[in-house]
Amino acid sequence: MASVTYDHVYKRFGDVVAVNDLTIQVDDKEFLVFVGPSGCGKTTSLRLLAGLEEITEGRIFIGNRLVNDVPPKDRDIAMVFQSYALYPHMSVYDNMAFGLKLRKTPKAEIDRKVKEAAEILGISQLLDRKPKQLSGGQRQRVAVGRAIVRDPAVFLFDEPLSNLDAKLRVQTRAEISKLHQRLGTTFIYVTHDQVEAMTMASRIAVMKDGLLQQVDSPQNLYDHPGNVFVAGFIGSPSMNFFDATLVEQDGKLFVDAGTFKVQVPDNKRSIYLPYKGNKVIFGIRPEDIHAAEYAAPGITPARVTAEVDVTELMGNEIFLYLLSGKKQFIARVDPRTRTHAGETIDVLFNMDNMHLFDPQSEKTLDAV
Amino acid sequence: MTLQRVWTRGAIYFVLVAFAAWYLMPIYLMLITGLKTYEQVGITKMWALPYPVSLDGFSQAWVKVSANFGNSIMITVPAAIISAFIGSINGYIFAKWKFRGSNTIFMLFLVGMFLPYQGILIPLVQTLMALGLYGSIVGVIFVHCVFGIPITALMFRSYFAGIPNELVDAAKIDGCGFFGIYRHILLPIAFPAFAVVLIWQFTTIWNDYLIGLIVVSNPRLAPVNVAVKNLAGTYTTQWQVQMSGALIAALPTIIVYLALGKFFMRGLLAGSLKG
Repeated sequence: MASVTYDHVYKRFGDVVAVNDLTIQVDDKEFLVFVGPSGCGKTTSLRLLAGLEEITEGRIFIGNRLVNDVPPKDRDIAMVFQSYALYPHMSVYDNMAFGLKLRKTPKAEIDRKVKEAAEILGISQLLDRKPKQLSGGQRQRVAVGRAIVRDPAVFLFDEPLSNLDAKLRVQTRAEISKLHQRLGTTFIYVTHDQVEAMTMASRIAVMKDGLLQQVDSPQNLYDHPGNVFVAGFIGSPSMNFFDATLVEQDGKLFVDAGTFKVQVPDNKRSIYLPYKGNKVIFGIRPEDIHAAEYAAPGITPARVTAEVDVTELMGNEIFLYLLSGKKQFIARVDPRTRTHAGETIDVLFNMDNMHLFDPQSEKTLDAV
Repeated sequence: MTLQRVWTRGAIYFVLVAFAAWYLMPIYLMLITGLKTYEQVGITKMWALPYPVSLDGFSQAWVKVSANFGNSIMITVPAAIISAFIGSINGYIFAKWKFRGSNTIFMLFLVGMFLPYQGILIPLVQTLMALGLYGSIVGVIFVHCVFGIPITALMFRSYFAGIPNELVDAAKIDGCGFFGIYRHILLPIAFPAFAVVLIWQFTTIWNDYLIGLIVVSNPRLAPVNVAVKNLAGTYTTQWQVQMSGALIAALPTIIVYLALGKFFMRGLLAGSLKG
């Protein structure tokens, strides 16, 4: 059981700054997910914590212990790798027991721990097999089992689900969440998949180009993205962005995107008023755009007319690719909506969930 | 099969068989000459089959080269094993513990492969004399080990480079150090690489003539190839003995290839296979 602290951590590979001034405090028993596109520094951050890469600058603590110069084996961590990294010449049992054997754990205790972990993961019947005799999902469990038996203070996961097929991934996602509840240990998890991050994390750390963009709970990240990148990265399909100007007319604030003009709700007026007359980026999520006749009651609607470019029926909903002038945007609308490509349709923006960003800094102008 | 395909096939086989025959001709000649008596040997009777078949050539050659055959085993087996191990550790470092300048050093290693032995004979002998190894079988083993390092390091480096780094990382987290990773993780899965390297080194060292000739001047300590060459007299050569001796000397490598050739091919490809 331990907290983890990154304190102004840098990692440079030659001229490339892979991790740039990372400062983050992970609480004991927390499930923190590093998420970001490939090359954003999330895996490097994890490897720095594991001791597999040397820190260029800054400090990393596990609990209260500074671990900068502690070798990986003495950091009290266990790691699950993307490729699972099972030792091909060892049986499942030996794979799980290997770390304990090196630590001179008594045989009886090794046996007990391995069998217990195998029980938890439902791989008891596979203990004599070699890794190549296992399916992908089974290998993944063995890799997790190898981490569990070590009873570490911190679990590290490096994209552990990316080699599984879609169905198994969803199932394993839930199992890892359950495992976290059961073990009550600090989990640090790296993924490029924002759905994994949203579903499992207690907090998400979004990274881009080595820089930490925002750390918050999944809900807060979704509701209050701190900048354009986070807003676009969290949520699927991505938030729609429009270049617009904030204008005042008859004492009311409007977002003027050129091809449409929508009113800012009164309760947000005071927040955005200081930016009156400025160029802004207007953001609205596809799920906050409704077909006019099926809009939920109680929202603050703003009507926009758009041309339907493409429709994608998903069964429970329809993705509409809409055109306002030449600007394309996406709406997730009620499956009963009847429309087709080429048609002009009225949609309602739910302005309660509107976002504004500064076009230069790309930072949010919303109330924090 | 269409007629044209039959013709193409036939042409291909004809060419292949012709090449194979051309390639095997010297061995065929060695064999039939070795089985002849002294009287049957002659340049005009070269292609004549041995009649009666005689094993005298072989028995005479064996008497003369058997001690050196033993020397060759004493040189080749330890030299092949030692150079394979040194190469495996070098390959392990160059593949998994890259350090600043390691690629440059590796390139320098490879230069060693292209050094002609003839060019370094004098300093080699001087070095061995200084080390007190000149004139001994240990000296020959030592030289073969040193000259074997570039190629064995290259082969093991390629093999280990194909092993995912995550395996090494996992071992580090599990508690292995530099030697622990080598011993517990890489060595047990390097069997195919060892097979290839050992076959390669065995053949190369067994077939060596120059080092054996230069490093041990005492003919009793010389490897088999030197002894085979010495079978030839100054004025006359008993060709049936000479050919038999050469066949005896070639036998171990032929056996190694016939027995392990399939494994050799598999091993050469092993770097590209997944565990």
